[in-house]
Amino acid sequence: MKHESITVRGKERYKSGVMEYKRMGYYEPDYEPKDTDVIALFRVTPQDGVDPIEACAAVAGESSTATWTVVWTDRLTAAEKYRAKCYRVDPVPNSPGSYFASIAYDLDLFEPGSIANLSASIIGNVFGFKPLKALRLEDMRLPVAYVKTFQGPATGIVVERERLDKFGRPLLGATVKPKLGLSGRNYGRVVYEALKGGLDFTKDDENINSQPFMHWRERFLYCMEAVNRAQAATGEVKGTYLNVTAATMEDMYERADFARELGSNVVMIDLVIGYTAIQSMAKWARRNDMILHLHRAGHSTYTRQRNHGISFRVIAKWMRLAGVDHIHAGTVVGKLEGDPNTTRGYYDVCREDFNPAKLEHGIFFDQHWASLNKLMPVASGGIHAGQMHQLLDLLGEDVVLQFGGGTIGHPRGIQAGATANRVALEAMILARNEGRDYVHEGPEILAKAALSCTPLREALEVWKDVTFNYESTDSPDFVPTPSLAV
Amino acid sequence: MRVTQGCFSFLPDLTDDQIRRQVQYCLDKGWAVNIEFTDDPHPRNTYWEMWGLPMFDLRDAAGIMKELADCRRVYGDRYIRLSGFDSSHGWESVRISFIVNRPAHEGGFRLDRQEAAGRNIRYSTRAYAAQRPEGERYQS
Repeated sequence: MKHESITVRGKERYKSGVMEYKRMGYYEPDYEPKDTDVIALFRVTPQDGVDPIEACAAVAGESSTATWTVVWTDRLTAAEKYRAKCYRVDPVPNSPGSYFASIAYDLDLFEPGSIANLSASIIGNVFGFKPLKALRLEDMRLPVAYVKTFQGPATGIVVERERLDKFGRPLLGATVKPKLGLSGRNYGRVVYEALKGGLDFTKDDENINSQPFMHWRERFLYCMEAVNRAQAATGEVKGTYLNVTAATMEDMYERADFARELGSNVVMIDLVIGYTAIQSMAKWARRNDMILHLHRAGHSTYTRQRNHGISFRVIAKWMRLAGVDHIHAGTVVGKLEGDPNTTRGYYDVCREDFNPAKLEHGIFFDQHWASLNKLMPVASGGIHAGQMHQLLDLLGEDVVLQFGGGTIGHPRGIQAGATANRVALEAMILARNEGRDYVHEGPEILAKAALSCTPLREALEVWKDVTFNYESTDSPDFVPTPSLAV
Repeated sequence: MRVTQGCFSFLPDLTDDQIRRQVQYCLDKGWAVNIEFTDDPHPRNTYWEMWGLPMFDLRDAAGIMKELADCRRVYGDRYIRLSGFDSSHGWESVRISFIVNRPAHEGGFRLDRQEAAGRNIRYSTRAYAAQRPEGERYQS
């Protein structure tokens, strides 16, 4: 939709009273974004009868300098610079009544290195604005000048691999189950068995913190016994994500310091601790040579529905800036939401130094990361050894594959479950590197590997029919959604 | 026990033909193949001895297999690993690493526990073999 600028200028602009946002300078169709501008792409669904251009201009206004009426104090500032400018409005394909608004923000609107400040503007008041039925932040272009004000991942994919001495294959993990109720001593048993059996990592679940059945120090002490035992039994570096999520920063630092004192190589936090706490922990992790694992607990409350909230790709971008090393980013084939193309977009955001705009993956802008460390995506939730060829094909090599139920639920125990996953993975990597068509020959490759590995044979048998084939609620707008035949 | 470092330790030992195909994969990617050996398999022993420099200019899998055969002739009683090094920007590190030779008997590791304040324990991992001087560790 192309229109002329209808901005009122000069004395008239500052006459007391109410003026439409599109006339106050928040809609500038001729504006060309500068290389240093932050750009946001919103999906705007105006209330019935509200002019879409006015709605989009209002989003620009309410996420930058505007209030509901004209104020003379604008004239004490370089107001035109500080006004966010909606420079483009496009109808959303196949979605009558919704519009994509591209909005440019001057870099001076944001505090360097602060996700809290960035998000307070971009997803602040504006999401409750009455003239809108719904609003979703789809994507952001972060200028290099702004990227460079952030620390980025404390460790990064390359250094993480160097520290772990693990190259050329996805890392393997498992979340300890049951989620709640195990004592420290029993919990450590699961960790030991899984690591000795062949996993690289085990993981606390998001809601394992410090409860009556297991206080955090018990967990940390028994887990580190398990990690050290497993290292000695295999000669391989092992780790367990000790969840340090707690009520206050002081508590989190205390737990993280104890993890370091015990020799852990990784700690974990939940997304619900908030952006500032995440950035603090990322700085702590960099200072203490620690890998920082982030569980995206809570994100689906605002990322999952297509018409309102924030796309996970934006959260992934913010978390790369904020400085975590691992982020759960979907499995495609598992039990949790994840359209293949959209998920691919998230993985690219985590792992590439440059993301070209790719609408079919939901990536709306070119994004340069300016050598900011890479962030390791984690695939977790309802995956098992029989899907190894699909996982490798869809998610690539720099990923942590987490088989929780798919390890601990093995009929012959946790070690057997871990071994099944590791053998399946190594067999698939070997075949891929040999140039075989591993995606199509996957089941055959696994069956052959299972001939010399009874645990794998049993795993393939138990979970052979498990798939999660549901329609995605968050797929890109620009291509038909492929249904995933498993 | 079996040291499970590297990419393929959970599979049966690779045949020379399988190793050659992995080497070819590295060469096709433009990576330099490196041969290293050690008789100290501690999980955090990063610097294994290099069998010459990484073979930046050798683009022929057969040549690398010959180097491996030579290394095995001299150090066949030790661990030998192959790695592929990617010098491209943004990585500049190892891309793949796997063990291609093991001692006849892998003695494993002892875990020492030193009881410290409270319930803390200081752990150290020692290869049983490393109690003997370098070069004599895996000789029978």
